[in-house]
This record gives sequence, C-alpha cells and structure tokens, in this order.
Amino acid sequence: MSIVLAWSIAAAQTLLCLAMACATFRILRGPRAQDRVIGFDCLYLNAMLLLLTFGVSSGSSLYFEAALIIALLGFVGTMALAKFLLRGEVIE
Amino acid sequence: MNGEVSALAAAVTAVLLVVGAAIALIGSLGLLRLGTFYERVHAPTLGTTLGTACVAVASMVYFSALGSRPVLHEVLILLFVTVTTPVTLMILVRAAQLRDTYENKPPASTRNGS
Repeated sequence: MSIVLAWSIAAAQTLLCLAMACATFRILRGPRAQDRVIGFDCLYLNAMLLLLTFGVSSGSSLYFEAALIIALLGFVGTMALAKFLLRGEVIE
Repeated sequence: MNGEVSALAAAVTAVLLVVGAAIALIGSLGLLRLGTFYERVHAPTLGTTLGTACVAVASMVYFSALGSRPVLHEVLILLFVTVTTPVTLMILVRAAQLRDTYENKPPASTRNGS
C-alpha cells in the first residue's frame, strides 16, 4: 500500500472520529428528545463510514457487510425512535 | 497481505476518502453548532449524501483496482442510505412539530424571525 493512501486513510479516520465525537456530544447535551435522536442518526452514519475506511485499509470485504448491517439496523432504530416520538407507540 | 494497486487508483482513493470524511465532519459540526432543532436537521444530510457517496466510490475504486475486476457492491450502501435518510428525517420533523404543538410553542417558521 502506498504511503499516500496510508496517510489519507489515517486522516479520514481521524476526521470521522471527530465527527462521531460531535454527534456523541449532541446526544449527551441535546436539549430535547428529537435532538438526541438526530444525534444518534449522525453517529451511526459516521460509524458506517469509518467501517468503510477500515475495509479499505485492511483490504478485506468483510467490513462492507458490517457497514451494510449498520446502515440497515440504524435506519430501523431511528425510525422506531421517531415513531415513538410521534405517537408514543412504535407499532400501531 | 495487501496487493499493490496502481498509483492512479491509490491517488483517487486517497482524495475521495479525505474529501468524504471532511464533508461528514462538516455535517456533524453543523449538528453541533446550529441553534434550533429545525436548523440542525439539515446539517447531517451533508454526510449522508455527498460524504457517503465519496467514501463509497473510494471503496469501489480501491477494491476494483485491487481485484482487477469491477466491484460494485458499495452501490447498495449508497442507494440505501440515500433513500432512507429523507424518510427518517421527515417523520422525525413531523414528531418534533407535534411535540411543539403540544407544548404551545410557536411554529418553526416564526421562531427565527424569518
């Protein structure tokens, strides 16, 4: 692996970790429940991007499947939380 | 363990990875910095559209160069995230509006003075 690619992967992982820290801060601080939900949405998305960069750095396609599962389950989780805020029940 | 990729593919992957991660960071910073909830909803979509697109295309380019054959399965993630994010955010904003109505807060259009 070329040195440029290695350094850029490290830079991208640092940036994505900072982005996850921002989302975590919004989850912890968010004044209302919907702020925390949108912080969670941002958090799982950045984790998914981080897993894709791990996949590029290791060269195995196993990380892709983990990222796909995170995208699927994160969507379901955020949707359930939003439905709960909307009606007070997840399944009507 | 890693095979070697060509210099052009490595350069394209490097640029796309850093750009995608930087865009995702800008979106998260917007989530952190903006004032009201209705402004904050807009910020992370930067990461879900362009950030995810850049990182997924970088991964596609890298694995295609590594395997000497087109690897396109990252399109699945891109398609799924792009389709599901607006659905989630629309339901979330509807819930936020309902909660604001219950608490007798003014609607979103008049709160910022715009």
